[in-house]
Amino acid sequence: MRLMKNASLATLAFMIGAALASSGQAADGGHAHIERQTWSFGGFTGQYDQAQLQRGFQIYKDSCAFCHGLKRVRFRNLAEPGGPQFPEDAVKALAQSWPNKVTDGPDDQGKMFEREPKPFDPILGPYKNDNEARASQNGALPPDLSLIAKARNVEYTGTWWAHPFSMLRDIATSYQEGGPDYIYALLTGYEEPPADFTLAEGMQYNKAFPGHQIAMPPPIAKDSFIKYQDGSGSMEQNARDIAAFLAWAGDPSLNTRKATGWLVMLYLLVTTLLLYAGKRVIWSKIPH
Amino acid sequence: MEHTSSYEPKSSFAKWWDDRLPVARLMHGQFVDFPTPRNLNYLWTFGGILTFCLAAQIVTGIVLAMHYQPSAHEAFNSVEAIRRDVNYGWMIRNFHAVGASMFFIAVYIHIFRGLYYGSYKAPREVLWIIGVIIFLVMMATAFMGYALPWGQMSFWGVTVITNLFSSLNEIIPGVGTAVVEWLWGGYSVSGTTLNRFFSLHYLLPFVLAGLVILHIWALHVAGQNNPTGLDIKTKADAVPMYPYAVAKDAVGMFAFLLLFAWFVFFLPDYLGHADNYIEANPLVTPPHIVPEWYFLPFYAILRAIPSKLGGVTAMFAAIAVLVFVPWLDTSRVRSAKYRPLYKWFFWLLVISCLGLGYLGAKPPEGAYVIWSRIFTVYYFVHFLLVMPIIGLIETPKPLPKSISASVLPSGGGGAPHGAAAAPETR
Repeated sequence: MRLMKNASLATLAFMIGAALASSGQAADGGHAHIERQTWSFGGFTGQYDQAQLQRGFQIYKDSCAFCHGLKRVRFRNLAEPGGPQFPEDAVKALAQSWPNKVTDGPDDQGKMFEREPKPFDPILGPYKNDNEARASQNGALPPDLSLIAKARNVEYTGTWWAHPFSMLRDIATSYQEGGPDYIYALLTGYEEPPADFTLAEGMQYNKAFPGHQIAMPPPIAKDSFIKYQDGSGSMEQNARDIAAFLAWAGDPSLNTRKATGWLVMLYLLVTTLLLYAGKRVIWSKIPH
Repeated sequence: MEHTSSYEPKSSFAKWWDDRLPVARLMHGQFVDFPTPRNLNYLWTFGGILTFCLAAQIVTGIVLAMHYQPSAHEAFNSVEAIRRDVNYGWMIRNFHAVGASMFFIAVYIHIFRGLYYGSYKAPREVLWIIGVIIFLVMMATAFMGYALPWGQMSFWGVTVITNLFSSLNEIIPGVGTAVVEWLWGGYSVSGTTLNRFFSLHYLLPFVLAGLVILHIWALHVAGQNNPTGLDIKTKADAVPMYPYAVAKDAVGMFAFLLLFAWFVFFLPDYLGHADNYIEANPLVTPPHIVPEWYFLPFYAILRAIPSKLGGVTAMFAAIAVLVFVPWLDTSRVRSAKYRPLYKWFFWLLVISCLGLGYLGAKPPEGAYVIWSRIFTVYYFVHFLLVMPIIGLIETPKPLPKSISASVLPSGGGGAPHGAAAAPETR
């Protein structure tokens, strides 16, 4: 009984806190406030949307790949379950026609040579190394995108007293989508700089980027975006799809992980309850 | 507490073996019919949980080491290969990374439980001090483990923490630099540093296992403390470890595993820092270098002191002071349950530690520094002044006559309630 009372009190406190936390966050419209988006793979039940990952890959191929590599993802991964799952033949053809060749060797003559990628090869960007990238990008380095969704996160911007409640809410709802949220905000965050803001030469203003000065020119815009095969598309849709694709690129085992997680939680919950019942029976034999 | 094992070998082989190596007798005596106080609450299940945490870290760690490559060039890549290409590598790696955090959650609860119920007081001083050493070795192990993925936070965390030793230059010029270069194995943090950290990260868990055995040994000599803080005086005060304590430990452990699994499967990266998914780069410093959450209170103490040597000294003193707690506490009563005044100060300490944890993650500026200083001062005042003084001036609440008197409905000091009241005489 006492346990139940404690539990319900804790739940109540938690709910009040969570409500306060969300209002606290809304109140702070600070410098780099990043809106949380709804993702098919978000929360503890989420799974990737295969069609979205396929659209996302199209954006990567038709836009990002001109500067950014995806070296920790291999072509074969694109055909695997839990990802875009393109047909294997399509992936083979894609690898063969990929513009950025693989350096292999040495051959019989001791020379390195270039060859067409095979499905087991990594998805390479256009530059052989960081120096080449910087040389052709005005000193800026386009990062490899394999882990970009994992390597970025959203900072908490609310009040200090609401922070613990916000953390508890994120733990209870298993919020892990800070990376995709940030990518979406970045890709849709290009705008004219405020009047008092001085941009360095060759830089763009972006409201989501830390410091607001970013070297990357807007890859997509309101009036210039990538059209999908069915002819539809918009800047927001593009941004959402590529963010989802990059989330998969950084965490390709998410579908299995969450599905396994539910079995594990179920097993543990049932076992805990059985053990608790067993413990009650054992202890009921003696006064305590 | 003298306790003889009631082990009786059941087969002729068991008898033959028992005459030569009575290990079954030892285990039976220590973990089956060992008398445990009958009033232990769920906070006492964390000892078992911690043993599990260590074992789980060792098992998952050994598997990870089969795939991990401790070199500056390949460390990050090999961790990614584990996540992507090793069968169920993502699960093993999440289990190990989240496991470190769970280990610390459990150890902090365990330490504060000990502080609240006075588990450090005579005759458990050595037990407590071994615990402090375990905590220190755990921290070293976790710190070196966090270096291994060789991400940005790994690299810069190692840089900041190893550089702390250069503050020794303020005592004897040159010594600090020499120590730091000796730790690094060179003139900067490099693959050599990573390699030795890997070696030590593989060694220290086994040192921990040895210390844990000593910890349990010392525990079983003095016997367990309990919420009343009273000693076991009669048979009615205790129940045999099996099935009573074991049944309760199992519930606690599985409930803890629920939390553990939640993080492993649904929040594997929540407790880490996003920057550690960026490969280590000595040329790019992250905007905020923060340690893992379990070091944040100590990191806050380090930065609260305006001098480098002072900060380092305070940080190590914050752990060292725990060694002296058995003698700093002057109260004749163990459990804070019966200490109306001290209880308040205990919770003030808890708040200070949580506050320091919060501040450790914040940049060292403005009000954050002021509050870090306030909480740091209280942390030390608690141990060095509050504990000795309150113990002398406080009037404790009347203690129950015995453990059994505190829990049995009759309130009697051990009148057996039928056969079941003294099950150890079965």
